[in-house]
Amino acid sequence: MSLEVNGTVYETDEEGYLADLNQWSSEIAEKMAIDDGANLTQPHWEVINFLREYYEEYQIAPAVRVLTKAIGKRLGKDKGNSKYLYELFPYGPAKQACKYAGLPKPTGCV
Amino acid sequence: MSETKKFMYLNRRAPYGTIYALEGLEVVLIGAAFEQDVSMAFMDDGVFQLTKGQDTSDSDMKNFSPTYNALGDYEVNKIYVEQESMDDRGLTLDDLQHLVWEDEDEDYAKKPSIRVVSRQVMADLLEEQDVILNY
Repeated sequence: MSLEVNGTVYETDEEGYLADLNQWSSEIAEKMAIDDGANLTQPHWEVINFLREYYEEYQIAPAVRVLTKAIGKRLGKDKGNSKYLYELFPYGPAKQACKYAGLPKPTGCV
Repeated sequence: MSETKKFMYLNRRAPYGTIYALEGLEVVLIGAAFEQDVSMAFMDDGVFQLTKGQDTSDSDMKNFSPTYNALGDYEVNKIYVEQESMDDRGLTLDDLQHLVWEDEDEDYAKKPSIRVVSRQVMADLLEEQDVILNY
């Protein structure tokens, strides 16, 4: 599969995850969201940016349980719960936010 | 809820050259979701998996050593390393990454995860387990 943004075609896997995370840009994230019928707002970006930093440091996309806990620590308890994260990313916070962040699907996510 | 079992993931191979170390680590991260009593043990060439300063740029393999630092987030905080295996390879605790976990009950205080144990203690630990997975 592939994704076209501003005239450039990017390779993705069969579920729409970006093949090469070095190609990522915020425009790609926005295009993926539009294709899903979503609109990225500041709270979405907080999570997406967190995931990119996590990947940079640990070379993995965190499991949803780990993400929830870490968001709570970083952004406050009111955001570190699955209700908040599922409202932002109804297809599953780890899965959907990782896709927009250009990361591979979280390890153990089936 | 079913009873918690003691799971130990035993790592005896060098980090690169085969896929065992990476696959084993991924299984630990996936298995962490099942909320069992998980520990990891490193012996023989497996102790090299935890060393600092790994550089895979001359190989085709990704340097996945940073991922060991995520184990604490997955509540895997019992990481046993066999003393004799380190001695045989000229390694000391200072050659290993400083892996920590954060204790939520103590305001996220960082505590070390690695415990260096003798071969005898390792044997006792193995004896205690319900399940041992060997990589």
